[in-house]
Amino acid sequence: MVANGPKLRLLPRLDDNVAFYWTSGEDGVLRLLHCNACGFFIHPPGPVCPRCLSRDLAPEAVSGRGHVETFTVNHQQWIPGSDPYIIAWVSIDEQPDVRLTTNLVDIEPDDVRIGMPVRVVFEQAEDVWLPLFTPEGAS
Amino acid sequence: MSPTPVEEPLERRAVISGIGQSAVGRRLGRSDLDLTVEAALAAIADAGLSRDDIDGLSTYPGMGAGTPGFGGPSSPEVQDALGLSLNWHDGGGEGPAQMRAVMAAALAVAAGLARHVLVYRTVTEGTAQGTGGRPGIGGSGGGRGGAPRFGSFMQWSLPFGAVSAANWIAMVGQRRMHEFGLTREQLGQIALNGRRNAALNPKAIYTDPLSLDDYLAARIITTPLCLFDCDAPCDGSTAVVVSHRDTAGDLDHPAVHINALGTALRGRPSWDQFDDMTSMAARDAAASMWERTELTPADVDTAQLYDGFSVLAIVWLEALGFCARGESGPFIEGGGAIARDGVLPLNTAGGQLSGGRLHGFGLIHEACVQLRGEGGERQVVRPAGRLPEVAAVANGGGPIAGTMLLTRGVG
Repeated sequence: MVANGPKLRLLPRLDDNVAFYWTSGEDGVLRLLHCNACGFFIHPPGPVCPRCLSRDLAPEAVSGRGHVETFTVNHQQWIPGSDPYIIAWVSIDEQPDVRLTTNLVDIEPDDVRIGMPVRVVFEQAEDVWLPLFTPEGAS
Repeated sequence: MSPTPVEEPLERRAVISGIGQSAVGRRLGRSDLDLTVEAALAAIADAGLSRDDIDGLSTYPGMGAGTPGFGGPSSPEVQDALGLSLNWHDGGGEGPAQMRAVMAAALAVAAGLARHVLVYRTVTEGTAQGTGGRPGIGGSGGGRGGAPRFGSFMQWSLPFGAVSAANWIAMVGQRRMHEFGLTREQLGQIALNGRRNAALNPKAIYTDPLSLDDYLAARIITTPLCLFDCDAPCDGSTAVVVSHRDTAGDLDHPAVHINALGTALRGRPSWDQFDDMTSMAARDAAASMWERTELTPADVDTAQLYDGFSVLAIVWLEALGFCARGESGPFIEGGGAIARDGVLPLNTAGGQLSGGRLHGFGLIHEACVQLRGEGGERQVVRPAGRLPEVAAVANGGGPIAGTMLLTRGVG
């Protein structure tokens, strides 16, 4: 069995522009910064839409569904005491060119397939809700 | 979109007139400034110049950058240590990878800001890491638990234990296995080729024979990468002198001409957001280089391609057009094509995997050595006894990439 992630979660600072993202999971919903002018999801968050340059931006809920684009099983002890864990890039279904670096949980490495559907689950660490992903259909 | 073409790319006004390298080793226990002075004086002498001829100075990544042992001395430290009087100076870590310092020097020479620019890159990562392994991870601004917190781009990967470029590049490799059928047996040829060549490089870090079985049995770092897919931290300094081509006639060896620079970054500057997960910035840098030259991949006699991780070298093989997109696995299979007597001699001093992590500049140095015919036992000789005339050098990986085409001048 692999771990859900490293033994120690190195956490983000909840700076004003990203606090919404890192705390979004408190109600179980993933939110991304969204351009109200052109509909583009902006990730990582920025002050302006890089597609249309509008500043009319706000967090918007997404389904939390995505697909595994690629992954690796980390064995190196970057963070001492960690068991192997799965790192992945997951694309967001609403806009697949948005990818989140994340951990895959409730799955063994041999069962991971690039292209497999996954959905978000959150792991709370202090005041941060980390978006992790689990196979679609898992309980 | 490409910039407006110029009649002659201005980088062609520049040559690499001299090269120098300090001692290189796993842990030399010498200061970065000491090593840099050794390399710099060797490069200046090699160019047939004196310290007083040097009027420009450039380095990557400059003051205070990165983890211990990574940055080397700053340009002010080196200027002062060598007593240089400068018309132009530069140091920085952003741009087309490590070779940005050489590119900046070439452009300064072309613009007439300087005539002879000393360019260096120094690492003491071997000594800095000591025997205790890699350094810890810094952060700032405690959270509720008092532990450091992270901002900037690292916040998107650190919480998930994606701590190292090894993790990110492993995902590029895994994606290549999925899209192109790359195998570990194929990927291993980058490490095996480097080790074979390192055996003929007296300064190389690892020279013991390495077999495919050894490679496949090695400790996994982050799948699909094993220990031998990751470069070897070391101590060493590499320096080159970039001069105006008008001075090339004074040299007692062939000048190495800069034919074209590849500097583009057309995709997003991000590991996880870049549109093509199998190539990234190498694709753009390589495309922009070929847009600036009449030469083609078929003209290249040797390639010195960044192998901080093995996957990066195969990304560059495709990006530079030595094989088609997705075809690097079959291209390197068995290792014949990239051997010194193959169609594309690759990383002939052992690359960074076995030669040591001189961080891009070891590859630049070796390209010059080969073009000048000074490779000794490891000298590449092309069919009909011809010495290499064109070398491609590439630095960087992921969203960071720069590449250069170098040619041998008369002399």
